[in-house]
Amino acid sequence: MSVSVEIRDLYIAFGSGPAAVKVLPGVSFKVKAGECFGLVGESGSGKSTVLRCISLLTDFWKGEVLIDGRSVRDLALIERCRMLQMVFQDPYGSLHPRQSVRTVLHEPLVIHGLGDREERMQRAITDVGLPVEFLDRFPHQLSGGQRQRVAIARALILEPSLLLLDEPTSALDVSVQAEILNLLQRLRDERGFTYIMVTHDLAVVDHMCDRFAVMLRGEVTEILPHEAIAVNGATHPYARELIGASLDYEGIR
Amino acid sequence: MDKTILDVQNLRIRYAGSPTEAVRGVSFTLGRERLGIVGESGSGKSTVGRALLRLLPGASITADRLRFEDLDLLALKEREMLKVRGRRMSMILQDPKFSLNPIRRVGDQVAETYLRHFKCSRREAHDKTIAMLEAVKIRDAERVFKQYPHEISGGMGQRVMIAMMLLADPDLVIADEPTSALDVTVRLQVLTILDSLVRDRGIGLIMISHDLNLVRNFCDRVLIMYAGNVVETLKASELDQAQHPYTQGLLAAQPRIGGPRQPLAVLDRKPEWLKEQA
Repeated sequence: MSVSVEIRDLYIAFGSGPAAVKVLPGVSFKVKAGECFGLVGESGSGKSTVLRCISLLTDFWKGEVLIDGRSVRDLALIERCRMLQMVFQDPYGSLHPRQSVRTVLHEPLVIHGLGDREERMQRAITDVGLPVEFLDRFPHQLSGGQRQRVAIARALILEPSLLLLDEPTSALDVSVQAEILNLLQRLRDERGFTYIMVTHDLAVVDHMCDRFAVMLRGEVTEILPHEAIAVNGATHPYARELIGASLDYEGIR
Repeated sequence: MDKTILDVQNLRIRYAGSPTEAVRGVSFTLGRERLGIVGESGSGKSTVGRALLRLLPGASITADRLRFEDLDLLALKEREMLKVRGRRMSMILQDPKFSLNPIRRVGDQVAETYLRHFKCSRREAHDKTIAMLEAVKIRDAERVFKQYPHEISGGMGQRVMIAMMLLADPDLVIADEPTSALDVTVRLQVLTILDSLVRDRGIGLIMISHDLNLVRNFCDRVLIMYAGNVVETLKASELDQAQHPYTQGLLAAQPRIGGPRQPLAVLDRKPEWLKEQA
């Protein structure tokens, strides 16, 4: 069950009057069903804001966000949450310190009135490669990688079609990052998720994504296939600079 | 490598109230070179850096030898340590957002290092600061001098930190994840500036990082730490020929641009890696 996403002229400004800051002056891009789409760019370029707009965590934007042709604003809250879920950057901040994994995974099931709760929780936790006993642990009893797995399990438990990943591995070590990337890759192969992934690491983009957009000051400068990274096939000067810097950094050139 | 700046033998650190040692017998020497310390979070790499500056109140630090030039770091009194910190040995911290004082002007914070360690007039400290800010490639240094930390970008903040730490012309600089908080493009600029200053002035540099690409490009030698031990020491240029399975695992776990898109290798942690190295 894959969904496509289309964003048209997404506009958002924070503040009002002359002091308003246009964060996204008008972003448009399309993501095919089952695609992994990357968003890259320097900090402050509005990558995360795009995700927050799609998920309606920030809702005072103008423009259109269509999921499988339907506007995200037309979806009822319950339906929207089952359609799309978000995984946040910092697993140390995104899990409630006083709620056990069980509580975290149980709440959405209650809200959405789903049955077979024990079974669903066990499946979600084993899907992300953790033993069932971990349901009774608290976040402080988990390592960073395990926490991020719980955050992914929380996003998966409602069986969404679209996952919005906001730098899912940048707080983690390379060895743990590898585990999480493998997990995301496997889940996508098995379930046909559509991913929109924000990251600043082009090596991760090349490994995971089909296409990616380079953002600069709120605007999409260029949309490229992942193969363009290794040969620096960008035409926009900023995109070229960004890819060039990443290649230098990896010591490839 | 002409002269040894730092000589560490069998360094052990235990945090107060912890049953196990965070650092278990680390030994290395440092000349006028750039040494990288890599490892995962919790491997004790930052703890080593902080111990050198004796910034670990409450922790017990023991070592067979902990010499910095002519000084025995373990024997120094706190008052004597104050003359070492910032003057002869300094530390660049990870995030300029949290390590600069938000309510003091940038320039005053940088100049403080100089005023504290040298007998001089405010005017002289001001001029030195401006010159140093220019050396870290900050345009319009006079304007930045008067700004507050929230008015400058992250990359500029990190350059200000570098200026602050190099102003007193130390012999050893410890950089603890100096660029993790920065974007790739900015990161390269900052590293290049740090690199050229360290080379020109013949400063010893310890670069603490979890980023293998960074140490590969900006260090001469690399120590790889795992669970409080140094498991392997390598030349940075020979990182790819690492012998220890942990180092090999770290290298394999890293996605590469243009690499095959197969699942990444995952570390299979072996209990024997925990053994102390002779």
